[in-house]
Amino acid sequence: MRDWLSQQRQALQLVLARMWKARLATLMMCGVMGVTLCLPGILYVIVDNLNRLAGDVQNEPKISLFLKLDTTPETLKELEKRLSANPAVKSYRFVSKDSAWQELRQNAGLGDVTGGLEQNPLPDAYFVQSKESEPAAVDGLLRQMQQWPGVEHALVDANWVKRLYALLALGKKAILVLAGLLGFALLAIIGNTIRLQILTQREEIEVSKLIGATDRFIRRPFLYAGALYGLGGGLTAWLMLASVIWLFNLSVAELAELYASSFRLGMPDMPAALAIIGGAVGLGWLGAYWAVNRSLSQLEIT
Amino acid sequence: MTCARLTPQNLPRLSFHEILMIRFDQVGKRYPGSNEALRDISFEIEQGELVFVTGHSGAGKSTLLKLIAAIERPTSGTVLIGNQNVSKLRPAAVPYLRRKFGMVFQDHKLLYDRNAFDNVALPLYINGISGNEAGKRIRAALDKVGLLGKEKAMPISLSGGEQQRLAIARAVVSRPSILIADEPTGNLDANYAAEIIRLFYAFHQVGVTVIIATHDAGGISAQEGRKLKLAQGALQMQSELQT
Repeated sequence: MRDWLSQQRQALQLVLARMWKARLATLMMCGVMGVTLCLPGILYVIVDNLNRLAGDVQNEPKISLFLKLDTTPETLKELEKRLSANPAVKSYRFVSKDSAWQELRQNAGLGDVTGGLEQNPLPDAYFVQSKESEPAAVDGLLRQMQQWPGVEHALVDANWVKRLYALLALGKKAILVLAGLLGFALLAIIGNTIRLQILTQREEIEVSKLIGATDRFIRRPFLYAGALYGLGGGLTAWLMLASVIWLFNLSVAELAELYASSFRLGMPDMPAALAIIGGAVGLGWLGAYWAVNRSLSQLEIT
Repeated sequence: MTCARLTPQNLPRLSFHEILMIRFDQVGKRYPGSNEALRDISFEIEQGELVFVTGHSGAGKSTLLKLIAAIERPTSGTVLIGNQNVSKLRPAAVPYLRRKFGMVFQDHKLLYDRNAFDNVALPLYINGISGNEAGKRIRAALDKVGLLGKEKAMPISLSGGEQQRLAIARAVVSRPSILIADEPTGNLDANYAAEIIRLFYAFHQVGVTVIIATHDAGGISAQEGRKLKLAQGALQMQSELQT
């Protein structure tokens, strides 16, 4: 165990010394990784914040229940009972066809239209506010009410919320795809960098193998190098993301004030930050592993 | 059989060395696309022996040493190191076998991007030894070959003889049971060469098996030690085992 630890320490020291020798190249590498990781990060922040915004705005979508024209008072009572008993309903309001007709006639400009009608074409209606704002929950409630006796047509006025949610889902997918593609690019970049380092240290690797180094011993410093590039890249990406958000927030604050809102772009939370950095470290390690194994078999050192 | 008296139980152990016998049994080696480099080689080398492998260049000396050090594998016959059959060794076990050898390569194979100290340190790092313990052993090895004052020197600034001695220091720093040298006096003048050979004798004296390949048969014919003479890949002559 102590041997193992000292070997790890040794490899780490070696790598850090090498990186320090090639400071500029190391910084460039971290920069490249940072920018690459930053792109899906920015997209994530945008989608995440839109999500928050959507949650703020579309609270309590309204469901309109238009009743059949021949609805009897008994059916109305029955509906009243169901609405007050339903736990998903926050509040509801009854509008009779007469009051709706009055309202319509008083509306300027529509007098002519209504004047031409001989009788009231409007149905009785309930306007229901749902407790849940998730489209799926609202949809469930809607479908349930559609089945109730006396209900001719149930309508939700929050179709745009649905669309927004669909867009957000699309955005999340886009993040995944982008992250996957860029992750592959990073793997290739790191793999190539490590491969070049292996080539410059070919002699050392050869001699080491001849005097009894295991593959693991040879691989170790390169794996550390890959993981450290990942760590540097992940931290750079997070820093970039933080500055981008700070920069955006200067304008967002102004904009929000115009809408009398105190909305600000939120920083990526702890798990997201850890995921960016951890993912980068993992990618670095994996890229290095892949490069070393390929190079070792290519060098054909016995 | 002679090895009966060489078991670790009844032989007073020589300092830290393992008891390792080398045995070749009808060994042949053929490189792809060329003639046989070695054919039908059989011999034994016991722990602590000093053996010269002689012959013209191209006689198969280097190949023989590579077979001993598990750098190459035989195409026929068996090579036994201790009780291990080299041709049946798992690839993962090969590095651990190689650590029992100290190798002095024909072309030194020193690393020119680091100083003498770090060159000698490499085998210790591979064995997982570092820190003070490593420092002590590296200086001891450099002292033995007379390079103690030059631990900070880069190999390129050393003379041919000094580079050779640095390579020897690297070979012995991990205290191998068997020291193998391929043409260690190849490019050196007579004075330097004698000095190098004296060094190998010193290791032989403390119980290390020393195997030296050299084409310079005249220079060593007077030396003590057993000789294996190769000609065109075959064992031409084997002087008697000295006890």
